[in-house]
Order: sequence, then structure tokens, then C-alpha cells
Amino acid sequence: MTGVADTRPGALAVRGLRTVFASPAGPLTAVDGVDLDLAPGEILGLVGESGSGKSVTLRSLLRLVRPPGRIAGEVLWGGRDLLGLRPGELRRVRGREIATVFQEPMTALNPVLTVGRQIDESLRAHTGLDARGRRARGVDLLDLVGIPAPATRLADYPHQFSGGMRQRAMIAIALAGEPRLLLADEPTTALDVTIQDQILKLILALRARLGMGVILVTHDLGVVAQSCDRVAVMYAGRIVETGPVAALFAEPRHAYTRGLIGSVPRAGGERRPLLSIDGTPPGLGARPAGCAFHPRCGFATDACRREAPPLAAVAPGREAAGREAPGREAACWHHAAVAAAGIEAPVPEPA
Amino acid sequence: MSAAPLLSLEDVVVRFPLRRTVMDRLARRPARAVHALNGVRLDLHRGETLGLVGESGCGKSTLARAVVRLLDPDDGRVRFEGQDIAGLVGAARRGFNKRVQMVFQDPYGSLNPRMTVRQVLHEALSVHRMRPRAAIPGRIAELLDLVRLPPDSADRLPHQFSGGQRQRIGIARALAVEPDLLVADELVSALDVSVQAQVVNLLLDLQGRLGLTVLFVAHDLRLVRHISHRVAVMYLGSVMEVGDTEALFSAPRHPYTRALLDAAPDLDPARRTAVAAARGELPSPLAVPSGCPFHTRCPHAFDRCRTERPVLAPRGPAGRAACHLEGFGAPA
Repeated sequence: MTGVADTRPGALAVRGLRTVFASPAGPLTAVDGVDLDLAPGEILGLVGESGSGKSVTLRSLLRLVRPPGRIAGEVLWGGRDLLGLRPGELRRVRGREIATVFQEPMTALNPVLTVGRQIDESLRAHTGLDARGRRARGVDLLDLVGIPAPATRLADYPHQFSGGMRQRAMIAIALAGEPRLLLADEPTTALDVTIQDQILKLILALRARLGMGVILVTHDLGVVAQSCDRVAVMYAGRIVETGPVAALFAEPRHAYTRGLIGSVPRAGGERRPLLSIDGTPPGLGARPAGCAFHPRCGFATDACRREAPPLAAVAPGREAAGREAPGREAACWHHAAVAAAGIEAPVPEPA
Repeated sequence: MSAAPLLSLEDVVVRFPLRRTVMDRLARRPARAVHALNGVRLDLHRGETLGLVGESGCGKSTLARAVVRLLDPDDGRVRFEGQDIAGLVGAARRGFNKRVQMVFQDPYGSLNPRMTVRQVLHEALSVHRMRPRAAIPGRIAELLDLVRLPPDSADRLPHQFSGGQRQRIGIARALAVEPDLLVADELVSALDVSVQAQVVNLLLDLQGRLGLTVLFVAHDLRLVRHISHRVAVMYLGSVMEVGDTEALFSAPRHPYTRALLDAAPDLDPARRTAVAAARGELPSPLAVPSGCPFHTRCPHAFDRCRTERPVLAPRGPAGRAACHLEGFGAPA
């Protein structure tokens, strides 16, 4: 991943991203040297548990982190470093080239403005359309995100929308500037499963239609499996593994990824113990030395306690025999042993 | 399953009336109510784990509360070993409370922040006179061991524990009184995935070792499938389908179950589809559609579904479904 940065329009290359929050107890490192690459039109899943730094990573890309948070590193968007832009230049990127959708469909919309007014606001900021043009475009956008009778719904207030429709409206607002990249932070977490399914299918359809890239932050591996091209797994502020979705799910190369996949119940394993991970994720102020996962890891050795493994290329693996599975990387000293262990929980010996 | 059920719900109805506003009175609108449970029939058999699954507003938490008698049905009955629990008073009521225990969803709100784990467990043990005074410390140690918390946890306060550990404390508190039935309402949904798996493994182990009957309420189909012997699927206050886990998941006999299964994001990237499994929005439980509550979203709905509410009728060897399409999902 530390290869040459892709400078094509619509490509994102993140190098050495670090986001640190000053606190009375000393600096807290939420994002600890993250490298990411996104090809134009690609959907990347950023997955991890609470406190892993996935949301802060996403917000750092557009400098949406308030003091006392400080961001360092490079965020190369079509070759330009977003972290070095002047405020005016950054404003032209935000919303127009890179748009965001956040988790809370209940609070992200202004309750005292109509949905139409809020879409209009976005269109005014990001397009040169006149009032009539904006209204027509507002109807188009609501239609695009699958809201029935869009012309009449523009006059509705957010409370008249269900949770799923509010998330659709949020996406409509995000699409107003015709962005080339959508940053989505847990966009379906607050939704019921049938509505989540609709929103994920919508994002996939929009990607196909508009050719925009998506970074999807989620804690749900199923969501990643169903909607992403590639996935990056975060733990304690770092990316511990990345690769194409199919290859990574079939044969994880980091002990944490393996545990995470094994923790999700799968068909055929009913009422058998899950491959759980002992302990809990570390807090920001208490990151273990060496590999941050080592206290919870069954593969850990002295090397893991001493030195943090770098994110490095690993062989495509047996699942990809005869197929191309480039871009597999893992930050694990024991990635070969992890791959060999597979993702099935050991069946306990009869007592 | 010929033995008498441990607990059964008989046409249970629970309504939550809404306060009429001034505007309602002026407009002479009738009083409205949230129909949380619309005549639910369900049996829980001794020693089984029954999974109760559905989307928000389906009534699954209300059902769990009716089972432990945190609320009384407006109509119908909940019977525990044949006895209507609404009629239990005095010692009989306390006896029921002891035998049916609940673990709550919120690991942060369901423990008193000022009580140590020892005090929490001591209270449960002494209220129900589970052990002579002298035996209580030993029993507390046993309970901590049972839920795999370190022995030195006893004198700590809830804030010193992680979410997963707090749910273990909640389980220990429930098990302190040696219940027959454990009701777990969204036991692990507030926990991180890796911690969820620990608690699920613990529950599976305890269920087997102690022969508990478990009502496992959750919105996560994968979890329910993993943990349950039988599963009941609810939608807007009604049970749509109930059956053995394997049969229900491999060949659902209700279109809603089918939609729910298809919508749940599968861990296998090869099983990706382009079309959403269910169309439309979840109706409000304030305005449950007439006839079959699912007809507004069902791709197979026909006229009868809009007017006549289907009853839960036998399907296959051990299942039941509430659908006018008797042949839906039947093996060809």
C-alpha cells in the first residue's frame, strides 16, 4: 500500500494519516499511521469495532476533526493533498467533489427546514443552477434515491419521513454536487434490516450509474461482504489487513480479522461455539506495545510483544489459486499461520 | 414436543393507548393506540431456546415483558406451567418471579452504578432466600465463575467493567435465583462483534449445562439462527412464522421470513444480489394494515390478504405460518 500514489481524478491515496487528540492525560492517538488507496469508482469498506479509529479516519480525510484534534500525513485526492489546502480551496472539494453521509438519519437533517429546502441549500452551494433549475434537480435527486412522489415530498419536514427515507434524503443531499467520492459513516446502522438492504442496494446502484467511489465505514462484516470491492480492517487506530473482499473473507491473514469473521455466526455451525476473541478492544490511552492485538491473540509470540508488524504484502493465498487477487496486505508476523488455521472454530473435545 | 409447554401465550393482546391531544378532541378523532401485540399464540418448551426475531415495532420486546410480567396483557393469557400468571399473588407471584428471570439489553442502564457486583448478587440471593446467610459468599464466587468473571470482580462497581462483562453480571444476577426460564432481550446487540461471540458462547454453554429454557429476543437473524432450537418471526405485533430453526431458515414458509432472510447481509461475498429483498417502508404500529399486516410489502399479496387476517396454521412437520398462500416455500 506504500506504493506509488494514484493521481488520476477520482483516485484517493492516503499516506501516513495520524489524528491525535490532546487531552489532560496526554495525547490520544485515534488514527496511527493509516495508508489507504482507492481507485476511481471503487467501493472500499473500512471495518472495525468501536474505538478502532474508522470514523475518525473518514472524518480526517476532509479535515472534519475539531481541535483539540490534529491531523497529520497526506490525503492525496487526484494528486492534490487535501491536508495542505487553504480553507477556500477545501470548501470547493467538500460536498462538490467529496460528499459525506453520516450515521444518524434522525439528527443529521435540520428539523425546522423542509427536505426540499435542505436539498436546495446543497444545490445552491455546489451548482450554478437558478431557482427553477434547482427545484427540478431536487425532484430528480429524490427520485434518484427512490423516494416515491418526489415533487410532493420536497415540501415535507424531516419528521414526516421514516428513518430509511431520511437516510435516502441525506444521500440525495450528498449527491447534489455530483461528487466523485462518497464518504459514508455507518449509513445503515440505525436502520432495520430490510431498510438497510434497500439503502445498500441504492448505494451500489448509484455507484454503477454515477461512477463515484465510496468509502463505507461499518462494523458489520455482512455489509462489507454484500457491498464492497475491497476492505480494510482497522484495529486500535491502524489498518491490520486489506484486500479484495472475496479473498479476505475466504482466507484472512491477520489474527484479528480471523477472529472477527469467526465471531459472526454462519449457516451450518448452529449451536456450536463461535470463534470468539478474548478480552476487549484497548482504549485510546492504553494501546499495548508491539502489535496492539497481541494481548488478545492466540498466535502471539515475543516478536509481537516487541515490535509492531508493518502492513506488508502477503501472497494471494490458496483461495486465489489460478485467479488474480492483488493488493493483499496484512500487518501480522504470523500471517502464514493464521491463513493455515482457517476460520472454523475448533470443535471442543468431548469431556 | 408432546409434553406440556413450560410457558404459553394464548392470544395475547397488548395495546399502548396514546394520550388524546387537544387537536384530537377538537377534530373528534377517536383515541388511538399502538398495537404492540395483536393476539399472539406461542409455546415455550422446557429446555429449548426459542429465538424471537423481527424488525423494530414488531412487538418482540413487549412480548418478552409480558412473559416476565413486567406488563399485563389487555387480552389473552400468559400461562406458566398451565397457570395464568396474571392471577398470581403473594408467595405464588414471588415464586414465579424467581423461576422466570430477565437479562436486559442495556449493559449501562440495567445495573445500579452504586452497587458492587457482590451487593447485586447478594440482593438477588437474599430476597429469594436462596442460601443460608453463611453460604452466600461461596455462592457469589460460584456465580462469578459460572459466567467466567474473575473472582476479584465481586467488590468492583459496574463502571469498572466493559459492556460484555456487564452483560455477564446481568446473567449472573438472573441465574442467582436458579430460574427455569431466562428471557434475554437483545442481550448482545450493544456489544462489539468480538465480544458478542464471547457472550453467545457463554449462553450456549449455560443453557446446555443448566438445562435452562431461554427466550432469546434479537433483531440479528444470524445470531438467532445460531443460538435457537426454534425461531418465531414477528411483524407488527403478530407471529408470522414459527418453526424449527433449520427448517425455517432453509425453507421459510412465509414471504416475510423469506424477505428478512434475503435482506440480512450474508458473510459470503459470492451471494450478492442487486435487488432489495423487500420493497416499501415498515408501516407504523399505530396504523397496522388491515388483513395480513405484511400485505403492503408482500410481492405475493392478493385480494384476500388485504381484508382477511391469516391465522397461524401448520406448515411442514413442525412449523406454522400465518399466510393465505399455503404452498409458499413448500418443497416442490
